[in-house]
Amino acid sequence: MSFQESLFYNAPFMLSLTMGSFLLGTYIFKKSKISLLHPIFISMICIISFLNVFDIPYEKYAEGSAFINFMLGPAVVSLGVILYDQMKYLKGNVLSILTAIAVGSVIGVTSVIALGKLFGLDDSLIISMEPKSVTTPIALGISQSYGGNTSLTAVTVVICGMFGAMFGPKVLSILKIKSPVAQGLSIGAASHGLGTARAMEIGAIEGAVSGLSIGLMGVMTSIAVPLVHWIYDMLI
Amino acid sequence: MIRGSFIILLFLFIGESISYFIGNIIPGSVIGMVLIFLALTFKIVNPDHVRSVTEFLTKNMTIFFVPASIGIMKSWNIISTHWFSLTFICISSSILIIMIVAFIQERAEKLKKQKSETKAVR
Repeated sequence: MSFQESLFYNAPFMLSLTMGSFLLGTYIFKKSKISLLHPIFISMICIISFLNVFDIPYEKYAEGSAFINFMLGPAVVSLGVILYDQMKYLKGNVLSILTAIAVGSVIGVTSVIALGKLFGLDDSLIISMEPKSVTTPIALGISQSYGGNTSLTAVTVVICGMFGAMFGPKVLSILKIKSPVAQGLSIGAASHGLGTARAMEIGAIEGAVSGLSIGLMGVMTSIAVPLVHWIYDMLI
Repeated sequence: MIRGSFIILLFLFIGESISYFIGNIIPGSVIGMVLIFLALTFKIVNPDHVRSVTEFLTKNMTIFFVPASIGIMKSWNIISTHWFSLTFICISSSILIIMIVAFIQERAEKLKKQKSETKAVR
């Protein structure tokens, strides 16, 4: 057994590597105030460089950090409690929220197909990107059932999440969107949980609506993907 | 803390089981989210029992995405050849979604406000 294996191939090390990198990322993000230096981006750079330097395979990292990955599930369930707490802000908005997310999910899938064809990407690459705005567990399910590359899907999900967390509030201020429900809804629709974490920082209503948006976007995108393909095949 | 964790994990488990029986179309965590929301609404679960746990989980959600994002290492070959088109598509499609969703919601709220104002004038 080499020294890396005995020292690094265990949960305590992988968990402290993950949390340490994240803390460093949070510190740099707070000090620099540069949106591009998002904690998750800095964590990725730190962890990937470390794994490369010590020649540690990804599978070993995934095994050791499984506990943090597992916490995503309970965190999504917890959004139901946030939603309950903010219910009063949703009253009277149900129809517009459903319409907005339905249109948003169709536009999301359509724009990926159109741009993908424009760039001349393979169909398997395009299908892997179609669920990109949906939370990781749902996105992987959609990608898998239509023959996509799931690890590529996971990456595009994180890219969209980071983009929304970094620049979502900026896009909204350029568009002069004031409504907290509209802000939370749109960030959650484009950037799932990472966007929701950012929306939570803006305010409780924004965060709760963004959490609702993750669930709705997940369900509606699982319907939008086959629907858009069906229409596409009919037309061409 | 234990009671809160138990409730959240139980709902996750129920969600995962339902997801299994409907052929994994919707992930268990999302079903669990809807179920706990319903349980709170119908007063089956006391929100004060879970709040300390759910606050911790939702406030620290970003870090839970870190392990999945390291998955970028696995598909490094495809990403390095197509990095420009991949990022371009992700970013422009995200901007489109934000614009359209925010616009529809904001527009709907304004229309509703106008309606209630005209009613008040009458």
